[in-house]
Amino acid sequence: MISFERVSKRYLSGRAAVENISFRATAGDFVLLSGHSGAGKSTLLNLLAVIEHPTEGAIRVNGEDVTRLARRALPYYRRTLGLILQDQKLLSDRSVFDNVQLPLAIAGHSRQDAARRAQAALERVGLAARAADMPITLSGGEQQRVAIARAIVAKPLLLLADEPTASLDPAYARDIAELLASFNRAGVTVLVTSHDTALFEPHCTRRLVLDHGRLMQ
Amino acid sequence: MKSWLAQHGQAAARALGRLARAPFGTLLASIVVGVAAVLPAGGWLLLDNIERLADKAAVLPQISVFMAADASADDVAGVQKALRAKVSGVQYVPRKSTLQRIRALEGMGEVLDALPDNPFPDAFIVTPESDDAQALEALKAAFSQLPKVEHVQLDSAWVRRLNAFVTLAQTALWLLAGLLGVALVAVTFNTIRLQILTQQEEVRVSRLLGATTTFIRRPFYWFGTLQGLGGGLVAWALLWLFARALAAPAQELAGLYSLEFALHTLPPQAVLCLLASTAALGWLGAAASLWRNLAD
Ligand SMILES: Nc1ncnc2c1ncn2[C@@H]1O[C@H](COP(=O)(O)OP(=O)(O)O)[C@@H](O)[C@H]1O
Ligand SMILES: [Mg+2]
Repeated sequence: MISFERVSKRYLSGRAAVENISFRATAGDFVLLSGHSGAGKSTLLNLLAVIEHPTEGAIRVNGEDVTRLARRALPYYRRTLGLILQDQKLLSDRSVFDNVQLPLAIAGHSRQDAARRAQAALERVGLAARAADMPITLSGGEQQRVAIARAIVAKPLLLLADEPTASLDPAYARDIAELLASFNRAGVTVLVTSHDTALFEPHCTRRLVLDHGRLMQ
Repeated sequence: MKSWLAQHGQAAARALGRLARAPFGTLLASIVVGVAAVLPAGGWLLLDNIERLADKAAVLPQISVFMAADASADDVAGVQKALRAKVSGVQYVPRKSTLQRIRALEGMGEVLDALPDNPFPDAFIVTPESDDAQALEALKAAFSQLPKVEHVQLDSAWVRRLNAFVTLAQTALWLLAGLLGVALVAVTFNTIRLQILTQQEEVRVSRLLGATTTFIRRPFYWFGTLQGLGGGLVAWALLWLFARALAAPAQELAGLYSLEFALHTLPPQAVLCLLASTAALGWLGAAASLWRNLAD
């Protein structure tokens, strides 16, 4: 389903953030991407989400090289992804419910349909009762669960999570890991970056380790 | 089609929400737009009223033809025949009746008594079919050539002057409207720029969630258009207040010239035109701002 072919990314600042990365993952995989801080985990994930463009190489998703997607086609590719990024916060001026509904509004779902799905997604992460609240009134762990609800509400094929448990208490972190695993069991391909390998070890089907931008075998 | 409408509805609702979330700023921007729009709209209204007045004052211009003092009855008959040959509306005003009419005026009796003779000449009032300025001048020249005609006067000169003034003022008004239109676009450009800055996070997140450029831009277009429309409504309200405040003094002034006159407010088509223009200019300002401030 996913294949990286000799992918390198050099930021303008110089040294390669990731270098000559090649790997494959099949549909239904739970891929854990680990490595030290600065190893290139976020870069790799951003390349897959076409937030960054590789300096070299191709990234195929279901056979199509997503690095060459036309500008017009990119939004439609993004809609097949569920993104949980570190710096992609919830919108602070909208309720939890409206945050979760946003991907559906973007994809052009009707209001009733969007409301029904958003409600279901919030139930799935155990926050249906907080639907009307503003994100600021939620704890860090709860906010992360809302972000997960937003990522899965439009039924993505591929769920990408960048350090989803960073800065969370261990109990919350376990919650999140199990939640992601449950989506994986339901058929969603998952790619998670984390330096807490022990947390995801029991769930993952593939392990990738980055070291200074290179993939370790 | 239905989903397209629904998406526009949602975008409009979002734009309205943003406007409502900052009611003071919205009001302020609408007043700026409204005041800018009230100048050309008010000018148009003023000219419209002047035109109505001019139309009422003289439907067709008149030409007065004065005979020489020593003209005989035959001369007068000859001129009358010559005039009738060119224009059907010819009214003969004998010098005797002019004398009577003036004598009836307060204080004029004594003045006339002091004169040895009737000082007024025989005259004709000619009402031409055409009010074309060149045709009138041609008639005037032709009448002056008739024997024993002393003087020919175009009575409607003031109306023509007024009409010329109105034409000039209309041109100036279009220029003013153009300038203020540019100002309106600039005002909207800036409010949309600020909107884009405050919505930066939402735009970024929406992009990551797969929003198309159209989807992202739509609420900004609505924002600009609605703000322009709000400005148009403010301008309309201001004009209505002005017209109300000026109605009584205008009537009084017209009364002094014994003119029947009621100050007109904006007719429905003009109101529609005003609202459509301010809304369109708001849209244009949003378009310019999006083009400049929101890269895709
Ligand atoms: N936008 C950027 N511009 C320049 N350098 C960057 C940028 N993002 C990341 N880097 C560099 O690329 C390397 C990998 O970073 P990153 O992918 O964030 O690692 P990780 O997520 O594993 O901590 C680091 O050396 C980092 O400083
Ligand atoms: Mg990182």
